[in-house]
Amino acid sequence: MKYEVVIGLETHAELDTESKLFCGCSTKFGSEPNTQTCPVCLGLPGVLPVMNKKAFEYSLKAAVALYCEINQFTNFDRKSYYYPDLPKNYQTSQNYFNIGNNGYVDMVVAGKEKRISIHNVHLEEEAGKLIHPESSDANYSLVDFNRAGVPLLEIVTQPDMRSIEEVESYMQTLRNILLYIGVSDCKMQEGSLRFEASISLREQGSAIYGNRVEIKNLNSMKAVSKVLTYEISRQSELLDKGEDVLMETRLWDDVNSSSRRMRSKEESHDYRYFPEPDLVPFWIKQEWIDETMATIPELAVSKRQRFVKEYSLSDYDAGILTDDKLLADYFEECVGLSQDSPKELSNWIINDVLRELKERKLNVQHFVISPKMLTELVKIKPTIGSSIAKEVFVEMINTGKSAHAIVKEKDLVQIDDTSELNEIVIKVIGDNPKAAEDYGQGKKNALAFLIGQTMKITKGKANPKILTELFKQRLSSISQ
Amino acid sequence: MDIGIKQIEQVARLSRIKLTDEEKGFFREQLTDILSYVEKLNELDTDGVQPMAYATSLKNVFREDHQESSFPRQQILELSPSSANGFFKVPKVLE
Repeated sequence: MKYEVVIGLETHAELDTESKLFCGCSTKFGSEPNTQTCPVCLGLPGVLPVMNKKAFEYSLKAAVALYCEINQFTNFDRKSYYYPDLPKNYQTSQNYFNIGNNGYVDMVVAGKEKRISIHNVHLEEEAGKLIHPESSDANYSLVDFNRAGVPLLEIVTQPDMRSIEEVESYMQTLRNILLYIGVSDCKMQEGSLRFEASISLREQGSAIYGNRVEIKNLNSMKAVSKVLTYEISRQSELLDKGEDVLMETRLWDDVNSSSRRMRSKEESHDYRYFPEPDLVPFWIKQEWIDETMATIPELAVSKRQRFVKEYSLSDYDAGILTDDKLLADYFEECVGLSQDSPKELSNWIINDVLRELKERKLNVQHFVISPKMLTELVKIKPTIGSSIAKEVFVEMINTGKSAHAIVKEKDLVQIDDTSELNEIVIKVIGDNPKAAEDYGQGKKNALAFLIGQTMKITKGKANPKILTELFKQRLSSISQ
Repeated sequence: MDIGIKQIEQVARLSRIKLTDEEKGFFREQLTDILSYVEKLNELDTDGVQPMAYATSLKNVFREDHQESSFPRQQILELSPSSANGFFKVPKVLE
């Protein structure tokens, strides 16, 4: 392409606390409108907000996990603007002394390492939710303040991303970090994770940024990708025609898959930030930062690399296993319990466990097959064969019984005994002379038919490898 | 310190107040007076003095993350000029 794409992203993540940022109202999603409000989150005169300790700790944790410099002194500011979802007419946010600055996220895009710089991480309060009546001639909007005052973490990147793939990778990696450190549930369908993108185009090799367009209202990663694709073509077309890209804020319309200019005449916002006098400032001592650092687990990017190195997994498989911390823990617990190859365990988890979890809409921690049960199944697999092992796996889910118990109960142990199998082979050939003849005349499917007949008789317990050998020997001796 | 009419209009717009031309002139004069008076403080040498945003020396005041009961919805909604089906009702928002 003729132009280089320059993208920066703002991410809003609702923090996973019980109560709101400055009051004890519940943060539960999906309740009846306006049942989770009080004078504090409605901004009634004379109230005093008090900082939620967990929300503050979570913000610090996120800032540390994103390798930010932590401000020893941090405080909150009022960001003034008028909008009906903002009951106080200002949002309590941070502007001058954010909790963290100058961090970064390391990620891997198409096999290459890439670092995205984080400009700042700060804590603020959510606004309420506006509902617009479907009918276009309705002259009102409705407001639900349940969400107002929910703790919201904002993570702002530098304009470091150069392609949609990088943006997608950044969003995945960031979401993953927030989930790993447990500060947000990141449920996009509940609005817990939202994005705003700014994008500009410039001639390849140019050192000056082009005019930047900001796009708000992006409630899913998919929407981000869609809007950026749309903007790249819109802006390229303008530049191709020698026209300027207007510096503006656009809104993404997911229904029509297009962006449109915000109607507001007040785009040059004047937020008049000033220190929030109702909240005292916060001092973060080095010990606090050190303690926080100690609570941060190994993150997905490093875990993935370690899985490849330590367990000889493919990068792809390691990526699937480490995408969810609980799944990665499950895998490592299995590996710790078993002498079997991590690759074999990884295959079981990726193919069978994940399929069942998805079908049952379950979390791995609530899965009936524990790591101990899975390793036991993998251990006895050689004695029952792969296809029966898969059946046992399903039976384990349905009954909650161990692989041992099921194999014993159903008498599923594989028949490996050559003389026992040989007898059956002779009988099957005797019962199916036509198939045996066909095979002798070069019809190879006849063998599959004979094996199928044998499996029917042995209820699938015959060792398929030995069985095939025996048939081949027997049939070639007949046809000679 | 002279506040221009433009600045008066800007402050009025940010505060959602409509002013007549007469009022604009009146407030321009008044605000100019006030700011000129406060400007005296600029005569002090404040190099090396930390800006003070807080009157008390309190810091790190937290509450634990415990959920408490909210206010009854009816009581909250009664405070507003208009409501419907448990929602606050406001003039149509376009964006």
